[in-house]
Amino acid sequence: MSRTVVNAMVNGEPVEFLAGGGQSLLDALRDELRLTGSKEGCGTGDCGACSVIVDGRLVCACLMLAPEAEGKRIETIEGLADNGHLHPLQHQFLEQAALQCGFCTPGLLMAAKALLDRNPDPTESEVRYWLAGNICRCTGYDKVVRAVMDAAADLRQSERPR
Amino acid sequence: MSDGNQGGINLKVVGSRPVRPDGVDKVTGRAQFGADFHLPGMLTGRIKRSPHAHARILKIDASAALALPGVKAVVTSSDFASDATGEIEAGEGHAAIQEIAANCLAKGRVLYQGHAVAAVAATQPEIADEALELIEVTYEVLPHVIDVEAAMAADAPVLHEDMFTKGVTPKPAHASNVAAKHVMGRGDVAAAFNAADLIVEGRYETAAVHQGYIEPHACVASWGADGQSTIWCSSQGQFVIRAMVAKILNMPLSDIKVIPAEIGGGFGGKTTVYLEPVALALSRKCGRPVKIVMSREEVFLASGPTSGAVIDVRLAVRKDGRITGAELTLKYQAGAFQGSPVNLGLMTAFACYDVEALALTGYDVVSNRPKVAAYRAPGAPMAAFAVESAIDDLATRLGMDPIDLRILNAVRDGAKTVYGATVKHAALVETLEAIKASPHYQAPVAKGCARGVAAGFWFNVGGESSAAVHVDEDGGVTVVSSNPDIGGSRASMAMMAAETLGLPIERVRCTVADTTSIGYSGVTGGSRVTFATGMAVVEAAQKVVADLKRRAAATWECDVAMVEWKDGAATCTDPSKDVKPLSIKALAGKSAKTGGPIAAEVSLNAQGAAAGYGVHVCDLQIDAETGRSMVTRYTAAQDVGRAIHPAYVEGQLQGGAAQGIGWALNEEYVYGKSGLLENAGFLDYRMPVASDLPMIDTILVEAKPNPRHPYGAKGVGEVPIVPPLAAVGNAVSRIVGRRMSSLPLSPAKVLAAMGK
Amino acid sequence: MSAVDYLAPSSVADAVRALHAAGPAARLMAGGTDLLVQMRGGRAKPKVVIDLKRIPALTGVRQEAGGFVIGAATSGAMLGEHAALKAAWPGVVEAANLIGSTQVQGRASLGGNLCNASPAADSVPALIAAGAVCVIEGPAGVRELAVEHVQTGPGKTSLSADEILVAFRLPVRPARSGDAYLRLIPRTEMDIAVVGAGVSVALDSAGICTAARVSVGAVAPTCLLVEAAGAALVGTKVDEAALSKVEVAVAAACRPISDKRGTAEYRTKVASVLARRAAVIAKERASA
Repeated sequence: MSRTVVNAMVNGEPVEFLAGGGQSLLDALRDELRLTGSKEGCGTGDCGACSVIVDGRLVCACLMLAPEAEGKRIETIEGLADNGHLHPLQHQFLEQAALQCGFCTPGLLMAAKALLDRNPDPTESEVRYWLAGNICRCTGYDKVVRAVMDAAADLRQSERPR
Repeated sequence: MSDGNQGGINLKVVGSRPVRPDGVDKVTGRAQFGADFHLPGMLTGRIKRSPHAHARILKIDASAALALPGVKAVVTSSDFASDATGEIEAGEGHAAIQEIAANCLAKGRVLYQGHAVAAVAATQPEIADEALELIEVTYEVLPHVIDVEAAMAADAPVLHEDMFTKGVTPKPAHASNVAAKHVMGRGDVAAAFNAADLIVEGRYETAAVHQGYIEPHACVASWGADGQSTIWCSSQGQFVIRAMVAKILNMPLSDIKVIPAEIGGGFGGKTTVYLEPVALALSRKCGRPVKIVMSREEVFLASGPTSGAVIDVRLAVRKDGRITGAELTLKYQAGAFQGSPVNLGLMTAFACYDVEALALTGYDVVSNRPKVAAYRAPGAPMAAFAVESAIDDLATRLGMDPIDLRILNAVRDGAKTVYGATVKHAALVETLEAIKASPHYQAPVAKGCARGVAAGFWFNVGGESSAAVHVDEDGGVTVVSSNPDIGGSRASMAMMAAETLGLPIERVRCTVADTTSIGYSGVTGGSRVTFATGMAVVEAAQKVVADLKRRAAATWECDVAMVEWKDGAATCTDPSKDVKPLSIKALAGKSAKTGGPIAAEVSLNAQGAAAGYGVHVCDLQIDAETGRSMVTRYTAAQDVGRAIHPAYVEGQLQGGAAQGIGWALNEEYVYGKSGLLENAGFLDYRMPVASDLPMIDTILVEAKPNPRHPYGAKGVGEVPIVPPLAAVGNAVSRIVGRRMSSLPLSPAKVLAAMGK
Repeated sequence: MSAVDYLAPSSVADAVRALHAAGPAARLMAGGTDLLVQMRGGRAKPKVVIDLKRIPALTGVRQEAGGFVIGAATSGAMLGEHAALKAAWPGVVEAANLIGSTQVQGRASLGGNLCNASPAADSVPALIAAGAVCVIEGPAGVRELAVEHVQTGPGKTSLSADEILVAFRLPVRPARSGDAYLRLIPRTEMDIAVVGAGVSVALDSAGICTAARVSVGAVAPTCLLVEAAGAALVGTKVDEAALSKVEVAVAAACRPISDKRGTAEYRTKVASVLARRAAVIAKERASA
C-alpha cells in the first residue's frame, strides 16, 4: 500500500501522519490522529457530521483525500473551544438544548462557525440554508437555528468597540 | 412506589432549564460514540451481504478469504448457537431469538438485499474489504415479493415454508407470508353503520421509512480466553444487547459486559442487535478485539425501517358529528421476519376517540425487505394517518371546525380503550383546546396556504429500571442511570435527584453504567426513561434522604421523626435541641463516623405510566406548477404531565414533528423490479434539512400531571411523531381539492392529483 | 479503497503526462465530491488519483478581454465570492452554487460537474445557455469545445482519455442581456435536480430579444441545448405567447427516463415550467 507522509496544521498545531492515497481526511483524523470528534454519518457528503474547516473553507472531511491536507490549516471540533473556554456557539447550543443525541453536533458547530466567520449577522433563512448540509434527525432544527442566531448576537456584542 | 411529592408546589429544579451534565462533552467532540473506541490489536470486521432480494444459499466458500494475509477469522450462521430458543424483549415488542440470529447472519436463505451472509475480521480495513470479495457465495435466486398486498396474494413467493398464519382457525393448510391476523373490537359495529347518518371511508397507504439516526450502528467486541467478554456499542439498552448476544452465542449473561457508548440517535432502531453477536463471534474465533461499523448504505439496506402499510377505514357518524362506530383494516409490512407493529396500530388507531363500536383487523405480513425495527410510537403513525384523514373528511362534510369535531369525540377520563384499559389523567381535550387557542390556530390562513390539524396518541410505558444515588465525600452527588442517554435524560435524572435532595443542579452529576455496574433495566424506549428510571432515581434519592436524616438524628441524639430535610440540609424540630442544620456536605464529611458511605440503589418495575396525547397544526403551501410542498408554519401541543426539563420536552415535540413531516412529504424506500433498494443513502432518501422547515412552535400542556410519578412526568418522546402525517396530509388535501391518501406526498404525486 | 497513488501535479503539462502514463487506471480529481463517493461505493477503483487543484491554471477566475476564464477546478464557493462574475453571469454562478451543501460548495467545481457527465448536473445547462466554451489540453495540444458538445451520455464525455479540461471561457456579457438557472428538487437543498433549466437572453433597446439560448437538464441522457426554444424567444418581447412556445419546444425536446427521482411525465411538464420561469428571470435581469 502506498502511503505518504502528510504535514498539516490541525487546530493550530503541526501534525505529521501517514496517509493512504485513497484514504479520506476523515479517516486520517479519526484513525491516525485519533481526533474522533468529527463523525461519519454517511461517508458521501450528505449529512455533514464530518464538517471541518480547511484553509478557512467548510468541507466534509469524508469528501477530501487525506494527502490533500499537505500544507493545509485544518480546524476540527476539538479546536473550537479556546484553551478550555467554550466558543459562544458551544455555549448557546448548551443553553438552548440545541442537541439531543449530540452526534451531528460537532459538524453543526463547525458549519455554524464557518458561517459566523463570514457573516456575523445572518438571517434565519441564511442560517437554515447554510446548515442544510448538516442533517440533524433529533431536534427539528428549531433550537439549533436559534442557538446559532443567538451566538451570532453574542459574538457581535463581544466584538463591538466600546 | 411513591405517590407523594406532587402538586408542583415549590419545585426548584424540576421545570427549570439547566445545561445537561454531558453537554460539554457533546459540544467539544469528547463524547465517545459507538465508532469512537479503539483497542490495541483491534481488527476491522466487515460483513458480506446478499446482492439478491431472495435466494437460497447453496454454498459459502471462505477458503480464499482465509488464505489472504491479515485475515484472522470468518464467521457464518453456523458459528451461532443452533439450539438458542425462546422469545426476547426487543424494544417495544417481542422477537424469537432464532429470527434475530438469522437476521444477523442468514441461515439457508437470504430474504432481502443486504441480508448478512458472512463476516470477516482482518488487520486492516482494506484487507477486510478484499477478503469480502474473496468469500464466494453460491446462490439459487428465488422469486421475490416486495409490497404488502402482493405478499398476501395466494400465488406470492413464500419466504418461510413454516409460516402458517397465527390467529386464524382452523390453522391454514398452506404456508403464506401472513404471519398473523389480529382481531380486536367491541360493540355492535353493524348496528352502528345501519344507524349512521353519514359514513366516511377511505383507503390509505404509507411507505416504509427509516428511523434515520445519523450514527450508523457500531460496536467493538472483545472475547477473553475464559469466555468473559466485553462489548462497547451504541444501543438503546445495554441489557437487551447482552441478553440477545448471550442467547445467540450460548453464553451466560454474567460473562458478557456491555459498556454503553453514547448513542447517536436510535428512535427505536437501536433496540436490537445486528453487529454485536457477529463481532463477538469473530473475536471468539481469533482472540482479538473486533470492531464493526456499518456504512450508511448498510444501515438503509439491513437495519431499521418501520412498516409500510395499506389501511382501510370506515366511520359511522351521527349527523351531529359523533362517531358511533368504525371499521379498520391494517396490513403492515414486517420485512423478512414476522413482527410488524400492526397490533400497536390497532390499539392506538382510535385511542384518541370515544367510539362505542369498533371492528379492527390487522395483518402482519412478511416480504423481501429488511426486517422492521421499532420506530418512535411503532405502528401508531400509519394508523393515525388513516383515521385522522378520515376525520378531516368528516369535518369537511359536516362543515365543522376540525378541532371542535375532535373535542366532541375526544376520549375523557373513565372511558375504556379498545384494549381494555381505563383512560386516566388524560388531557386530550385540554390539548385540543390549547391548539384552538394558540396564536397559530387563531391566525387566518395565509394566502396560498392551507391548514391541517391532526391528533395522536401513545401509551407510554414504565417497566423495569434501576438507578443509584451516591453521595460523594464533599456532599456532591452522582446519579447512576441504567439507560443510555439518547436525548438529554442525564439532565432529567440529575434534576429529579437534585429536587429530591434539595441540592442545586450543579452539585449533581449523572453517569450511564455498564451491565455490571447497575441493576437491570429495559431499553431506552417506549418513552419510559424519565418516568420509570426517573422513579428509580427519585426513590434512591429518597432513601438517601432517609439515611441522612437518620444520621443527623444520631448526631443530635434525637428522634429521627424530629428531623426534617429541607434545602439540602437536616433541621431539627425538637425544641429542646439547640442545634444548627446539618447540610448534606457536613453529613457526607462525617459519613465514616455515622455508618459509612451514603448511597442507595433502587431497582423497580414502574407501573402507572400515563398515556400521552398530541395535537398538531400545519400550514403549508404548494407550487401549483410543480406540486412541491413547503411547510410554512407548524405548532405542536402535547399532554406532557409535567415537563421535568421543558427545553428537552420541547425538543422531543420538535424532533418528532420534523420526522413526521419527512414521512409525510418525501421519505420512502424505493424498490426496483428486481427487488433491490434504489435509494439506500441520505441523498435520495431525503430526510428534512434545516431549510425545509420553519420554526416548530410548541405548547406543553401540564393540565394533568401523572400522579403515579413523583414529579408528575409522562412519557413525551413518541407521541409527537403520530399526528404530523395527517396534519401535513390534511393541509395538502385542502389545497389539492381532493383527499391525498398515499404517502409520501411527493411533488409528482401532488401535481398529478392537481390535474396538471 | 485499496492501494491508490495520489499525485498533485503543479502544471497542466505534468498532469497530462501523469494521465498519459497511468492510462485508464487514473482518475482526475478536481473537488472530488463525485469521485470520492464513487470510490467509497466501489463504483470507481482508480489506482492513481491526479489532483488538479494545485495547478494555477485550473483554479481561480480571470477577466480577459471583457470575458471570464474560470479554472475548471475552481470551487463553487470561490465563484460565489467573485463579484464581477456574479454580476455578469448570475445564472452560471447560481447554478454552480446550487450543487450540494455549503460543504460541497467548498470543493465542487464546474469542471468536475461537467466531466462527471451526469445529465442532472446543475451547472451544465447554465453554462450551455451562457454559451460557455471549454479549454481542453492533451498531448496533442490545446483545443476549444462548446460545453454542449462535451457530455455524450451518462458518465461519458467527448474528451479523450488523456485530455484535461483546463478552463471555461465565458463570453463578454452583451449589453441588455441576462441569464438564469432554476431547478426542481423535492427538498430545498441537498437533492440532485429532478429537472433543471438555464436560459440566457439578450435584448435590444426596445426590449426585443435578439439572442436566446435555452438548455435543460435531467430530461435526456445529456443536458440539452434546445435551439427551438431559444429561437421562439428571438424577435419577441419574451411575452406570454413566446413563453408558451418555449414550453412547447422544451417539452418536445425532452426524452427523460422514469427513475427514483421522478417520472418521465413529471420531468417533461416541469422542464417546461422551469424553462419559462428562467426565461422570465433572465429577461428581468436583461432589462435591469
